[in-house]
Amino acid sequence: MRFTSHRDFARAFERALRRAGVPVAFSQGFTPHPKISYASAAPTGVASEAEYLEIGLRAEVDPGELRAALDAALSPGLDVLDAVVATGGSLADRIEASRWRIELPEVDPAVLERAVSAFLAADEVRVERMTKQGRRAFDARAAVMSIDVLPAVDPPSGAPAVSCAILEMVVRQVTPSVRPDDVLSGLRAVADLEPPVPPRVIRLAQGTVTAQGAIADPLEADRDGATIG
Amino acid sequence: MSAPSTTPRPTAANSVWPRLEPLLPQVTKPIQYVGGELGAVVKDWDAATVRWALMYPDAYEVGLPNQGVQILYEVLNELPDVLAERTYAVWPDLETLMRAHGVPQFTVDAHRSVRDFDVFGVSFSTELGYTNLLTAIDLAGIPLLAADRTDADPVIVAGGHAAFNPEPIADFVDAAVLGDGEEAVLEITQIVREWKAEGSPGGRDELLLRLARTESVYVPRFYDVDYLPDGRIQRVVPNRPDVPFRVHKRTTMDLDAWPYPKKPLVPLAETVHERYAVEIFRGCTRGCRFCQAGMITRPVRERSITTVGQMVKEGLEFSGFHEVGLLSLSSADHSEIGDMCSGLAEQYAGTNVSLSLPSTRVDAFNIDLAQELSRNGRRTGLTFAPEGGSERIRKVINKMVSKEDLIRTVVTAYTNGWRQVKLYFMCGLPTETDEDVLEIADMAHEVIRAGRAATGSKDIRCTVSIGGFVPKPHTPFQWASMSSPEVIDNRLKLLKQAINSDRSLGRAIGFRYHDGEPSLIEGLLSRGDRRVGAVIRKVWENGGRFDGWSEHFSYQRWVDAAAEVLPSFGVDLDWYTTRERTELEVLPWDHLDSGLDKDWLWQDWQDSLSEYEQDDCRWTPCFDCGVCPSMDTEIQIGPTGRKLLPLTPVNGMKLPTGAQQ
Ligand code: B12
Ligand code: SF4
Repeated sequence: MRFTSHRDFARAFERALRRAGVPVAFSQGFTPHPKISYASAAPTGVASEAEYLEIGLRAEVDPGELRAALDAALSPGLDVLDAVVATGGSLADRIEASRWRIELPEVDPAVLERAVSAFLAADEVRVERMTKQGRRAFDARAAVMSIDVLPAVDPPSGAPAVSCAILEMVVRQVTPSVRPDDVLSGLRAVADLEPPVPPRVIRLAQGTVTAQGAIADPLEADRDGATIG
Repeated sequence: MSAPSTTPRPTAANSVWPRLEPLLPQVTKPIQYVGGELGAVVKDWDAATVRWALMYPDAYEVGLPNQGVQILYEVLNELPDVLAERTYAVWPDLETLMRAHGVPQFTVDAHRSVRDFDVFGVSFSTELGYTNLLTAIDLAGIPLLAADRTDADPVIVAGGHAAFNPEPIADFVDAAVLGDGEEAVLEITQIVREWKAEGSPGGRDELLLRLARTESVYVPRFYDVDYLPDGRIQRVVPNRPDVPFRVHKRTTMDLDAWPYPKKPLVPLAETVHERYAVEIFRGCTRGCRFCQAGMITRPVRERSITTVGQMVKEGLEFSGFHEVGLLSLSSADHSEIGDMCSGLAEQYAGTNVSLSLPSTRVDAFNIDLAQELSRNGRRTGLTFAPEGGSERIRKVINKMVSKEDLIRTVVTAYTNGWRQVKLYFMCGLPTETDEDVLEIADMAHEVIRAGRAATGSKDIRCTVSIGGFVPKPHTPFQWASMSSPEVIDNRLKLLKQAINSDRSLGRAIGFRYHDGEPSLIEGLLSRGDRRVGAVIRKVWENGGRFDGWSEHFSYQRWVDAAAEVLPSFGVDLDWYTTRERTELEVLPWDHLDSGLDKDWLWQDWQDSLSEYEQDDCRWTPCFDCGVCPSMDTEIQIGPTGRKLLPLTPVNGMKLPTGAQQ
């Protein structure tokens, strides 16, 4: 669901665990916290079709039942697609890259195409963003493994029927993280691309990177014998 | 595990969402405008005969947890042919964008324009929401003045405590309901349903007339107010035949029959309260003389321990909340509060569910309660409200707590593991002197001293929180004069100095205060009459929004608007606030019946001035405040003698019915 911040999502998720009766393990200490770790959560305002998280449990449960119970307990718009038993190795290590789609209403695809070429041609594209540590400048180019302008399709539902350019890109998980808005800042830096309307960003996938540069299911390693919900 | 998240909710046919969505990335906390909470209901527009938009006129984070709106929302949506949706005040950043892009005030449930509904119900627990009401009406595209509305506009109904004097907003609302809303909204719905079924005979005017004839819906336009040459009200009389001279408040009896909310709203966005709140009783007869809530909600009606237990069980299962709030005006006064708290603590032992009592009287708090509340290792904040610093002023306000009681109670809390206690006070009470207020410092010092002695630790704190007193309609202080902001602010300054006069103790005492200026404006709005409507409008036109928020409130804007508007009526800001009223003055709300006998209120005001205390009618004979006979109600309290039984633990996860493995 777009517009949900990570904090909002985390609270909703913890409540859903309680509603679903999932036997979550709690951390020790004065204010016990449920053991949940979120792998590279999507920024606020971004829709996502692929978020991953890990839950520590007190008891073993059937992953299929867990998926169904959690999915039913979460608000519509937040769907649990799959659950597997972790077989070792941290989830975070398996998230090597994300594929993003950015819809840019009222941007001429030809203009976007030129901006992308300029971006690709550069060795380094410095951008700045406010982080928790204050304003930071970093390179937005190196982490971008691929970036393509897709053929235009119908405008997104409800938007006025003017041109809409679409970008798809694969960005490697690095520190500091390079987010879709950083790439957009990069396009502004190299080619003065200034979207007139706020773009809509969707995360399409996350996972390990194959030799061909594609993104593979990060849960693949755990799947042997696990029930797929 | 993956938790993907793009499935868009289906968009209703008359939804403004497609126009609203592109604006949201440009505003702060867009999630508050999205809806989709657990517990939210979206119904088919065309299948509904009566459609309500309900508003809490403050930001979503404050408005969403509001019990009143949640209850009415649920009660209405349970009717098959009725649809109720919610709307909240939008922040100025979104307001600007909505105006620029022609997006109307919308509901968060299905994002429909508020103007499309039949009834627009607005809940006022504070008068500071009035400017936000005007924003909502205007954004909705509804004429600001009730007189200019047509059959295409919804009927705007005010409710909540502030509606006991709706005169300042009489120009802007079509109607107001005094008191409990559960049955009132059903009755209004029935009248609208019949009127529509008959083909809406007589239009809006006829509908309002039918509402007015119930004698429990106040329709300001059917009453004329005449003024005396000196600005006081001469009389308020109906200008239509068969409209009642007085409008009576509603009282929901037998709270066990109304166990709402059953399906509390659980938001994705962060809000002021994230807990399952259940009212354990309504009404309060402690008789604190400043307390409008206590006066207008009489008599006391308890919800039984077993109904509370059942509601908590179902509410937690539904919501997944891990805090339970046992709400009321003075929660420790419930006749079975001990069993209720220990029963719940027992039932939820070993989980991280915690209990809180938002309003606890000093004299009713004890060790047992303290222990039950802290059973699960979590101590939610403790607040006590002695309200007055000196014994004398506490007699004036009828808050009968002694300093010894207070110290003993707070020490109990400290020895039970609480490190921090909040103490609430008021400044500017009738007959108050500097000395009365300065005694607060002594009290706080003694609390810390006693706490340190009892715990042997320096790691305890208390916070003194103090705000300006605002005289309210339907209370014995409705005649009182307010102190000027200068007097209040000076007393607060002296108090702060006195607290810090001892450095060691002062360090352990936090000091939070609301200065006198906002209180004066609250005073204007609380006891105002219809002429104050022009001030509200002017303030709103000059940009007044979110007056309950100090960062948005502008005292100067109110003062300027009052100075511009009121002199033409021969009155001014002081006339409404610092002026003491006389016994025979017609008060703007005299035609609105809270059940309290005006003579009794006057007598209680006189008793207050002679520092005479009034007992509680739950434990002493009735003192004839007038409510029970005039409203045909009675005190409903336990004990029932019943206990909460252990919950059978449910093992395993809750699977959706029909789920395929
Ligand atoms: C929880 C609470 C809060 C919470 C949550 C508020 C919220 N979002 O709901 C917080 C901490 C945020 C809060 C803040 C404040 N609160 Co407060 N709060 C309470 C408390 C303890 C419970 C409220 C409650 O849920 N009541 C139960 C519900 C069901 O009652 P209700 O809302 O009145 O609704 C019923 C009827 O009024 C009616 N009704 C309501 N709306 C409508 C609309 C229509 C159309 C109709 C027909 C009927 C109708 O039907 C409902 C069902 O019967 C009360 C004390 C109490 N027990 O009432 C104080 C109380 C309401 N708060 C009070 C005050 C003063 C405030 C503040 C102004 C304090 C301050 N100075 O900052 C702020 C204002 C916040 C704001 N901007 O709205 C006072 C109100 C003063 C008065 N009228 O005498 C009360 C009564 C406490 C007291 N004893 O003084 N509060
Ligand atoms: S105890 Fe006093 S302040 Fe509290 S609700 Fe009752 S009358 Fe009001």
